[in-house]
Amino acid sequence: MAFIDYYQILGIDKNADAESIKKAYRKLARKLHPDLNPNDKEAHKKFQQINEANEVLSDPDKRKKYDQYGKDWQQAEQFENARQKSGGSYRSYGDGGHFDSGGFDDNDAFSSFFSSMFGDQGGRGRQTKFKGQDYNAELKLGLRDAYTTHQQTLTVNGKNVRITIPAGVENGQVIKLKGYGAPGSNGGPAGDLYITFVINNEPTMKRAGNDMYMNTDIDLYSAVLGGEATIDSLSGKLKLKISAGTQNGTQVRLKGKGFPVYKKEGQYGDLYVIFNVKLPVDLTEKQKELFSQLAALK
Amino acid sequence: MENIDLVPVQNFCVHHQIDFSFIESLQQFGLVEITTIEEQSYFKESQLSEIEKFVRLHYELDINFEGIEAIGHLLEKIRKMQSLNQQLQNRLSVYEKTTNV
Repeated sequence: MAFIDYYQILGIDKNADAESIKKAYRKLARKLHPDLNPNDKEAHKKFQQINEANEVLSDPDKRKKYDQYGKDWQQAEQFENARQKSGGSYRSYGDGGHFDSGGFDDNDAFSSFFSSMFGDQGGRGRQTKFKGQDYNAELKLGLRDAYTTHQQTLTVNGKNVRITIPAGVENGQVIKLKGYGAPGSNGGPAGDLYITFVINNEPTMKRAGNDMYMNTDIDLYSAVLGGEATIDSLSGKLKLKISAGTQNGTQVRLKGKGFPVYKKEGQYGDLYVIFNVKLPVDLTEKQKELFSQLAALK
Repeated sequence: MENIDLVPVQNFCVHHQIDFSFIESLQQFGLVEITTIEEQSYFKESQLSEIEKFVRLHYELDINFEGIEAIGHLLEKIRKMQSLNQQLQNRLSVYEKTTNV
């Protein structure tokens, strides 16, 4: 892990006193607090960093060790003990066991932050009893998965969570699973789990809200004379009538054949089919002659 | 009287170890709607997470009620903008190249 300069993170001088540390930390906490930065992972990450920095620098003992040993400060005590046992001779330690600055979503920095900063020292007669940290997760679904109501089992921190995903869920939509976040501190309630759905379009079909868009090729003769086309939609195969004289890019709306409306059973958006008229290539001599005759007729 | 979707203010204050006057102040600023039933004050369960957020902002970040009110408006604005942004992104993806079926 790269060395993290806690002084730099809080924007303070190495000689800063306790009051300056507190002031700098509070200022950054107000700026980066997760409640003030919804859905901002970068702010959450920085918030965790200032937590770490404050936790170390606001504690004189930890700060002393950090100043002396840098990234290996947590090993300092162990290091000292080992040195004493070995009669004062110097022994080198590796990089292991340093302060873990893993992702914000993976630890309970949020609650420990409050207990260290505002809880025990509170002074307002308010004990720390904080809700656990909320977790955020992404769940990727195919367009076809999102088309039908189905169940999925997710594993969150070793716990299996079975959720029902209603048909029509949107890309970017967030659902909350209450109580599936980190455990609360000092008897506080557990945090919540927020799942963001990521639903990608398929190469052959696209979704816009509850409407679907599909492109389909038709030959010149069907476009000119009329005919039929069959498309493979999410609701099954659909037969379409092609009117005589259909132009390239013509859009046909099939009412109620689009995407299901979220949590409104039996309601669907529309399906738009766009016709691409394909011109014949590699014509035979006979075909060329016939096209010439047609051209001469106009 | 049993109201499953109402949270007693008294219980909330005891649980969070905050003063009742905090909720009263939120009410004065129009940030919470209090219902009184048989001399007991309640708020709707749907407001719970929002009120907990106000508690954190006030007690943990020392933000006063005027600040909480302003933050509440701005967060709502952000939420709407993020939602609109997501809708527009989803809409925009329709215009990306589609393969024929």
